[in-house]
Amino acid sequence: MTPTMYRPGVQAGPDGFAQLLQAEWVKFRTVRGWVIAMIAAVLAIVALGLGPSMSGTCGKTGPASGCAGPVGPGGEQVTDSFYFVHRPLTGNGEITVRVTSLTGQIPMLSGAMHSGLAPWAKAGIIIKASTRQGSAYAAMMVTGGHGVRMQYDYTGDLPGLAGSASAASPRWLRLTRSGSTLTGYDSADGAHWTRVGTVTLAGLPPTVPGGLFATSPQYAQTSGGLTSVYGGLSRATGVFGQLSLRGGWSGGGWAGSAIGAPGGPAAGSPGGFAQASGRLTVTGTGDIAPSVSGATGNGVTIAQTLIGVFAGLIVVVVVGVLFMTSEYRRGLIRVTLAATPRRGRVLAAKAVVLGAVTFAAGLVASAVVVTLGQTVLRNHGVYVWPVTAPAEVRVIVGTAAVLAVAAVIALAIATALRRSAAAVASVIVVIVLPYLLTVAVPILPLGPADWLARVSPAAGFAVQQTLIQYPQVSNVYAPSAGYWPLTPWAGFAVLCAWAAVALAVATYLLRKRDA
Amino acid sequence: MKGDGEVGGKGAKRLSDEGRRRVPSAAVGAKQTLHAELIKLRTLPGTVWLLLAVVALTVAVGSVTAAAVTCAASGCGQDPAKAILSGIDLSQAVVAILAVLAISGEYSTGMIRVTLTAMPRRITLLTAKAAVLTGLVLAAGTAGVLASVLAGRLILPPTSPAPFSLANGADLRAAAGSVLYLALIGLLALGTATAVRDSAASIGAVLGLLYLFPVIASAVGPDWSRHLQQIGPMSAGLDIQATTALRSLPLSPWAGLGVLAAWAAAALLAGGLLLRWRDA
Repeated sequence: MTPTMYRPGVQAGPDGFAQLLQAEWVKFRTVRGWVIAMIAAVLAIVALGLGPSMSGTCGKTGPASGCAGPVGPGGEQVTDSFYFVHRPLTGNGEITVRVTSLTGQIPMLSGAMHSGLAPWAKAGIIIKASTRQGSAYAAMMVTGGHGVRMQYDYTGDLPGLAGSASAASPRWLRLTRSGSTLTGYDSADGAHWTRVGTVTLAGLPPTVPGGLFATSPQYAQTSGGLTSVYGGLSRATGVFGQLSLRGGWSGGGWAGSAIGAPGGPAAGSPGGFAQASGRLTVTGTGDIAPSVSGATGNGVTIAQTLIGVFAGLIVVVVVGVLFMTSEYRRGLIRVTLAATPRRGRVLAAKAVVLGAVTFAAGLVASAVVVTLGQTVLRNHGVYVWPVTAPAEVRVIVGTAAVLAVAAVIALAIATALRRSAAAVASVIVVIVLPYLLTVAVPILPLGPADWLARVSPAAGFAVQQTLIQYPQVSNVYAPSAGYWPLTPWAGFAVLCAWAAVALAVATYLLRKRDA
Repeated sequence: MKGDGEVGGKGAKRLSDEGRRRVPSAAVGAKQTLHAELIKLRTLPGTVWLLLAVVALTVAVGSVTAAAVTCAASGCGQDPAKAILSGIDLSQAVVAILAVLAISGEYSTGMIRVTLTAMPRRITLLTAKAAVLTGLVLAAGTAGVLASVLAGRLILPPTSPAPFSLANGADLRAAAGSVLYLALIGLLALGTATAVRDSAASIGAVLGLLYLFPVIASAVGPDWSRHLQQIGPMSAGLDIQATTALRSLPLSPWAGLGVLAAWAAAALLAGGLLLRWRDA
């Protein structure tokens, strides 16, 4: 390691930062083990990303079979399955109804159903461009746990009256159509109405189906960490009365359709409706909402292909520690500091060299994996959530940057502790274990996992996030499912803050202490 | 990292080999070696703290996880024994660090040359280290597991089928097996560190070996995942904690612990042979 530090051609100017960088780079590249370790880290990330893979049925039994559901008006993947009691509406019109009850059934741990309501079980009135899945719509509804809502085009969600519907305290819902503009109203007594929202639906044909609906989404509950999620299909039943129609509604009777196939493995009865003495009872299962990944959804994200980063992370933090502690172990630090008495610059040069090498290695590895890994997964029939090109670049560059900053944190901790065993142990505790517990092997309950994903250096891995959390979709939004509590760059900033603090402490100690 | 470990040793190899032969063999008996190793490990500044950390982590993580378990009439959402003993998932890392330091500390300070001069029979030396380490880990592991069981019994909601109790065969197996698991992790780490010698590289290697298998298993398809869980030292070894759904386990509990024992034996064998063949 040492003999090539001063090369004949290089002037050993004490203040030249370029020379310092070159000296540190020579130190790094001439230790065979570190170079091999960096190459091994790249190979591990690539091998684990492209090697043995998940398999699925997507595209195996026909084009786009078994994949995620239809695409909504906004271009996003949506879930669109519910029981629809409808009749045609031509031109403008209005539908008003009273909801006196919303009951349902949710699955227990044993798989049996018992009475209960999923928080986003829905029943109400809807006007939809067509009965095709993914078509535009606007709906007024009562929900299991979120009061009255107006929802439209899958991602739109506006709050109305709070509380649940019952015979003693019913909820009145009204939806009016004027051209392609739909307005929702709610009322607690049928006399005093409040406007909840007005939306304009693009491409609404003159004649559209409208009427009553009920649906209830996939229900998931965790007990402990994500390793113990259970749940399944749930069902909701809404009871409607005092239905009144105005405008261009056709005079025929109500038709019942189960829109979409209920998702999930244990499809129960798709629902139905009954009409008796002015009361309409509608039962349905499914959801009208954006699709999600994770416990209540399907598919994997491109972050899934980067699982090998865990192996790479361990390697780069160990190399980062050794880059400093081996100087202390061999006494080289005394030579280094004699050559460059300004100690802060030594640390800065080391950090730059280590960070650059790690970033380059991480960039190569993650670029290969993210671009090729998706193809591998798709060939295995796994549905991979589509990402935009900028998001893909952000995941690749972000992952490399996270590895680089993690290595710099390791270097700083090693500078402060000087002994490699203590330093590696600390780095593992600070960086690797939080990542392990929140993402890789999620044994922690969701609360502590969420907290760790916000404050620990593992927050930096939020750069791999490519999914959107929808408050109107019940799901287990955990880092291990690809949902981070912080936005990508906020998470990265948390990691950088750790690095800044570690470097500041290391610089202070390096300056103050005798080597 | 391998290259880094070799830098100091290469030049001195022949000289030291000759030096080794000049030392009279059997200068110290096995009993004295054991005593010497106990003193060394006991008086290291980090040992006591690491052992306390094993106990504390086992109890703390086990309690947090047990508190998050929900139970219904039909049973709990999670295997209660696994939840109570989940602290082992973390405290094994501390055990690994302790075991690595037991041997690599000697290399980093040069103490290993004195040790091998005093005790030239290297396999006996490694056996003594392994025995002392196992004793300490068993003691700390037993304390941690017993405290976790006590805490778990207080925290875990009373489950209708059967509350966790050491009088129950499966629960006793899970608790005692967890202590054995920690001891085997210690031996695996000791063997690895004897082979690798550098403390940082050894800790990285052992933790990578432990945690990488479950990480990969979570990312691959069910067939691969099952095989990885059968051969990974951590995932196979922790099968010993399962008390429910035994049929769906990749391996039976004792077979799983056997896999970990095989890993530990292989690591000790590799470490022992390298220790015998190599110059210190």
